[in-house]
Amino acid sequence: MTETFLGFPRPDGRVGVRNQVAILSAMDNTNPSAERIAGIVAGTIVISTPFGRTQIGDDFEMTMKTLTGICAHPNIAAVLVLGLSLDSAEPLADRIRPSGKPVEVLGLQEAGSTLALTTEGARIAADLVVQASEQSRQACPFSDLTIAVECGGSDTTSGLASNPTVGRFADRFIDSGGTIILSEPAEFMGAEHLLAARAENPEDADKIYAMVQWFEDEAKRNGVDMRGINPTPDNIAGGLSTLEEKSLGAIAKGGTRPITQVIGYAEPPTKSGLVIMDTPSAACESMTGLVGGGAQIIIFSTGRGNAIGAPVAPTIKITGNPHTAKSMPENIDVDVSAIISDGENLNVASERLWIEVMKIAAGKITRAEVLKEDQLSVSRFGPSV
Amino acid sequence: MDKIIVLGERDNVATCLADFDAGSVVHAAGLDVALSDAIQFGHKFALTDIAAGAEICKYGEVIGVASVDIAIGQHVHVHNIESVRARGDKANGDQERGDKS
Repeated sequence: MTETFLGFPRPDGRVGVRNQVAILSAMDNTNPSAERIAGIVAGTIVISTPFGRTQIGDDFEMTMKTLTGICAHPNIAAVLVLGLSLDSAEPLADRIRPSGKPVEVLGLQEAGSTLALTTEGARIAADLVVQASEQSRQACPFSDLTIAVECGGSDTTSGLASNPTVGRFADRFIDSGGTIILSEPAEFMGAEHLLAARAENPEDADKIYAMVQWFEDEAKRNGVDMRGINPTPDNIAGGLSTLEEKSLGAIAKGGTRPITQVIGYAEPPTKSGLVIMDTPSAACESMTGLVGGGAQIIIFSTGRGNAIGAPVAPTIKITGNPHTAKSMPENIDVDVSAIISDGENLNVASERLWIEVMKIAAGKITRAEVLKEDQLSVSRFGPSV
Repeated sequence: MDKIIVLGERDNVATCLADFDAGSVVHAAGLDVALSDAIQFGHKFALTDIAAGAEICKYGEVIGVASVDIAIGQHVHVHNIESVRARGDKANGDQERGDKS
C-alpha cells in the first residue's frame, strides 16, 4: 500500500504542506519594512535575521545558505526579497530562483523611502498571495515528506513517554518511505555509540563520533562543566542528572532504524530513511537549520514545557508530562501523558501521533502556528567586521 | 506505567513517576526499598549501595559516576552523581578550537 499525504507540488518537484508567501529581508536594516508588509498582507510570513551585513567567511555563507534554504523551502509558494539596494538583495534572490517559484526583488534606495518600499512591497506581496491561492493540494507519496524530530525543556518523562512515542512514529514513517531527521549531536553525548552502531556506512559512524567530540572539546576548551548549561536548570529540576542521562532519552526520538546519512547544518538530505543533522542544542537554532534543510514538519517533544515553534515548518508539540499537559494545553498538540498516568501503550500513543501528523500535513493548524510561536535563529561562530 | 520503574537489567537506580515521602517503603526490581529521602516525580533513588566512583546505570547504560558513597534508598541526583563527559572544569582549558568543517 502506498501511503500518501496531501501537499502542494512545487516546480522543483518538492512538495509543501503549507502555501505561504515569504517576505525575506536580506539585510537587518529592511526588517521593519518586511514586518510592515506582512502586517498588511494576509498569508505572508517574515523571514529575517538581526545579522545581515558585514559577516564574513563561514558566518556569511551560513546565513546565506540558511535563508536560501528557508525561502526555497516547499512550504513557501513565492518570495519577495527586500534589500537596502537591489544590489544587496539580488544575490540572495538568485540563489532562491532555481526552486522555480516566483521571486520578486525590491530595494529601499530604489523605492525612495521605507514607506514607499512598504506600499510597493505590499502591492507585490498581495499579488503573490492571490496567485499562490490558486494552487490546490494533491495526494503525494511519503517519499516527498521529511519530518524532523526535536526536543526541548526535556525531563524524565521525555525519555520515558514522548520521545519513545516519537521514535515509534519515526520507525513507521521510515518504513512507509519517508525521511526523518534527528539533530542536536551534543545531546548524543553518552549515547553516541548506540547511534554510531546504526550507521549504514563506517564514514557516517566516524562523523557521529566526531560531531560529539567537537562539542566535548569545546566544553573543555572553555573550561566549563556542561552541567547547568546542558542539562539545563529545568532539565535538572525535572529529574535529569547528567547530559548522558538526557542523551539516552533524547535519541529515543530517532527510533531504531539504520542511519542512512549524516549532513551539515541547513543541508538538505539526499537519502531517505533516518538522517542525522549537525545542529547546536538550542531549539530555535536547531529548528532553523532543520527548516533550512527542507524539513516540512517538525515534531517537538517537551517535558517541562517549551512552546516555541520553527518558522515555515509546522511544529507539533507533544508532551508526556501530566503537569505540563494540564498547565499549557493551548501550547500542546498531542498529549501522551496517559503513558505515565494511566499506562497507555506506546503503540497506541504513537498511532494517535500518526493521525495528528497526517491532519497537520493536510492543513490542520498547530498550536505554535495559531499563537505565532516561532523564532528564526541562524547559527553563527564569530564577529562581524 | 508503574509508579516506580527500572529500565535496564544492570540499572542501580529506579525512577519515580509520583512524589514519595521520606520513609516510604517501595517495591522495585524485586526489592523492598525504604526511601531515606523524599523523591519527587521524575527523580531517581539508589537500588543498592553505590561506592564513590562507581558507575550509575539507567536505561542499561552509564549515566555518570557516584561523587560520594550512596546508600540504598537515597535520592540520586546532581548532589551525588557527576557526569564523566564534557568536563571542561577538569581539563587544562588550553586546547585549540576544533575545526567544525
